[in-house]
Amino acid sequence: MTSLAQPTARGGFGRRLAFLEPSMALWLVLIAVLVFLIASPLVRLVVSSFQEPDTGRFTLANYISAYGNLRHLRAVLNSLELGLGVALLAGLFGVPVAWAISRTDMPAKGLVRLMVFGAFITPPYLGAIGWILLAGPNAGWLNKLWMAMTGASHGIFNVYSMPGLILVVAVTSFPYVFIFVNSALDLVSSEMEDAANILGAGTLKTTLRITLPLVVPAIVGGLIVSFLEAIALFGAPALIALPARFHVVSTQLWEFFESPVRVEKAAAFALPLLIITVLMFWLQRAIIGRRGYAAVTGKGGERRIIRLGPWRWVMFGYALFVCSLSVLLPMAVLLQASFAKAWGRGLSPDNLTLNNFHYLLFEQTQAQQAIVNTFVYSGATAFAAIGLSLAIAYVVNRRLLPFGNVLGFLCMAPFVIPGIVLAIGFYAAYAPPPLALYGTAAILILAYTTRFLPIAYASSSAALRSISPEMEEAVRILGGGRLTAIRKVLAPLIKKSLAGAWLLVFIPATRELSSAIFLVGPNTRVISVMLFDLSEEGNFEVLAALGAILLVITVAIAAIGFRVIGRDFMVRSGQ
Amino acid sequence: MSKLALAGLTKRFGEVAAVDGVDLAIEPGEFVSLLGPSGCGKTTTLRMIAGFIDPTAGTIEMDGQVLSSPGRSLPPERRGMSMIFQSYAVWPNMTVADNVAFGLRLRKLPGEEVRRRVGEMLDVVQMRHLAERYPAELSGGQQQRVALARAIVIKPQVLLLDEPLSNLDANLREEMRFEIKRLHEEFRITTVYVTHDQAEAMVTSDRIAVMNHGRIEQVDDPHALYTRPRTRFVAGFIGRTNFIEGRCNGAAVEFDGFAVPRALIAGGAALSGTVIFSLRPQSMRLARARSDAAGAQVPVTVIERAYLGEFWDYVVAPANGALRLKVTAPPLEIYAVGETAVLAIDGAQMAPIA
Repeated sequence: MTSLAQPTARGGFGRRLAFLEPSMALWLVLIAVLVFLIASPLVRLVVSSFQEPDTGRFTLANYISAYGNLRHLRAVLNSLELGLGVALLAGLFGVPVAWAISRTDMPAKGLVRLMVFGAFITPPYLGAIGWILLAGPNAGWLNKLWMAMTGASHGIFNVYSMPGLILVVAVTSFPYVFIFVNSALDLVSSEMEDAANILGAGTLKTTLRITLPLVVPAIVGGLIVSFLEAIALFGAPALIALPARFHVVSTQLWEFFESPVRVEKAAAFALPLLIITVLMFWLQRAIIGRRGYAAVTGKGGERRIIRLGPWRWVMFGYALFVCSLSVLLPMAVLLQASFAKAWGRGLSPDNLTLNNFHYLLFEQTQAQQAIVNTFVYSGATAFAAIGLSLAIAYVVNRRLLPFGNVLGFLCMAPFVIPGIVLAIGFYAAYAPPPLALYGTAAILILAYTTRFLPIAYASSSAALRSISPEMEEAVRILGGGRLTAIRKVLAPLIKKSLAGAWLLVFIPATRELSSAIFLVGPNTRVISVMLFDLSEEGNFEVLAALGAILLVITVAIAAIGFRVIGRDFMVRSGQ
Repeated sequence: MSKLALAGLTKRFGEVAAVDGVDLAIEPGEFVSLLGPSGCGKTTTLRMIAGFIDPTAGTIEMDGQVLSSPGRSLPPERRGMSMIFQSYAVWPNMTVADNVAFGLRLRKLPGEEVRRRVGEMLDVVQMRHLAERYPAELSGGQQQRVALARAIVIKPQVLLLDEPLSNLDANLREEMRFEIKRLHEEFRITTVYVTHDQAEAMVTSDRIAVMNHGRIEQVDDPHALYTRPRTRFVAGFIGRTNFIEGRCNGAAVEFDGFAVPRALIAGGAALSGTVIFSLRPQSMRLARARSDAAGAQVPVTVIERAYLGEFWDYVVAPANGALRLKVTAPPLEIYAVGETAVLAIDGAQMAPIA
């Protein structure tokens, strides 16, 4: 190629030197953004837990007043009880269903899988409301059914209790156990089972002695995630524990935020939650990381399905039972309530109405605003999180900067911060002057971005890793710069993965409650917060209609996600 | 002036020297292979030539101008080179024609010329009929042809190939070797070819640089490299061989169980003391009786044999001595294990090694 400019060494050196400076600047910018989003709120949280509210002087008084109260200590114990109960029940629900789907010939596996996915995308607070309608004392559907069948004058179920709360949270968090165990079982080779069979062990014995022990790390990992979900949850406990007159840590934190706001005390009370979470995640990694034990090599041999005979219907019945508790029943009663004049009057034609939807969509401006807010904030969050994480993943992946891994680590850090703790940190850091962001859309979007940055980073990083660096190098050796390589080759190749990543951030952002509840102002309310307010008013029909709107939109978006990313969409969002 | 000159080229990753003081001069239009086992530093050397890696020490010059020196390297996009990657790196978001046209378009050539040159190039690699296909619709060999076309169409200063055939199946690999050789003979582009496959290097190269532990052990044309390996590593890496130790004693070199006149050994006059020789299994002949050929005639016993279809593999032991020699023989020269025979050793094919 004769027209090619002869490369001159001098020009190259100049460029190289010039390149050093912008790269440092880029690094500083990225670090600054991450510090602003992650480090600063956490540091503020810790610092303010040791500060006097007005003077800012060092004190331990926040800890003394946070823990020097029997009621507050009781809340901590309740949280632990809730977490343990949820983990055990979620295991009881999740493990058998995961085994049945992965290893047996249970019928209608696709349907069960779909319902588990449904449970996964159902916001826990919506499930809780469904269960209030199902098992509210006396008025709940299940209680009415019981009274009609037995002639008893009182129902037997009471959702407003610790067992009620455990059930409600467990039915929405068992998909975590399911996902962990199912993917582990999918990797266990049938040869492992054959080896036991050939030595004379039957199906049941093989399953209990060989198969399940092989996936113990996955089971424990799933239980830990369920436990952490349960203790970090705000919505469902607030809906159920508060009327039942007991507190868990998250509702106690909420109480500290009712006027007067005692953010220092809340910070002191939130720190143990953070520490427990960090420790448990570390434990979970340590357990899952022991590959040799799990025998999960990624290249299992051929897998054969276990024939259950008539037991396959028993298994299917159990899966159906679990899915009824988690999706079918709560969603059915929510749907009924959303189209009812009064939900307690049942399915008669004169009780049917579209007024609830009409009211929300056309009459009540607050609801319209909340719907718009929810999708605008979630969209903005998804763009911000993907943009930031992609820049960082590129820098880390291509080793453009020294200590790039620090950036990657910071990106993943919010994964171990419960939303409620993050929100208090954001409040402590950015509500007061000079930024005074409280009540603005900005603080919500920033907090959401931080909260979902790990999801975005994991997806962006995976997308980048799937593209061989040689694809870009081929551009550069032919004479294109790095930007040309990114524009012409990299961007078109990861477009689809990025669309998937965008959805993975967008969907949880639309349902986020625990961080929103601490940061919304009068004009920045989102659907989840509004649902919570409606439940305090006892307006379950309108609430159910709003929940239905949220669900329909989420399901539609999740369906697009399935199209775009394929079947592992759910698995990836769970990790 | 040589086209490309590496001088004292070194790359350290932490404590490890991946490339350790490599000197190599490549003439314009020459095809040079870097051959060696994995981890020998050949790919790192290639990537330094391309500009993807900065050297820790030493320089790379092209046409007398320094391209790379520690901390100051011209970025790859300004070197005017092309490269073919192990994974082909054919861009899946572009058609065959767009892939090939990419480098020309970057050079802002007029559309008409781009079309003409892409068409010509696709004819050369017999891919014209697939110009509008996407890479996912092509076989591995076809993708490789696209990568070749894309690299050659810009008439690069230097063409770099990084184990381009290692992902192809055996038959295709053989076909593509000759394809690469044909393209080189047609365009005479200065080429550096990295491979761990000696047959590939021997078919394609004008000269082969054998690398080991980050250093070049020997640079020679394929024939000289095979017949006159200068180091034990080269002799052992290229083909199979016997290493035997000889002691210079007057007019002969004495081995364990036989002796060869010094005059028959190439360069034998200059030898002294104890010397290791590389003796290829193909350079010896088994016979039932002594012949009058020059060289050593050694009575041996067959102690192992294996039939490989194209030839016999025998292991023989000279009658008096503990030596074991691998020797090959044509399929019809059949000896039983335990049979005695005479081994004819041609001194001219014995290579003393360092």
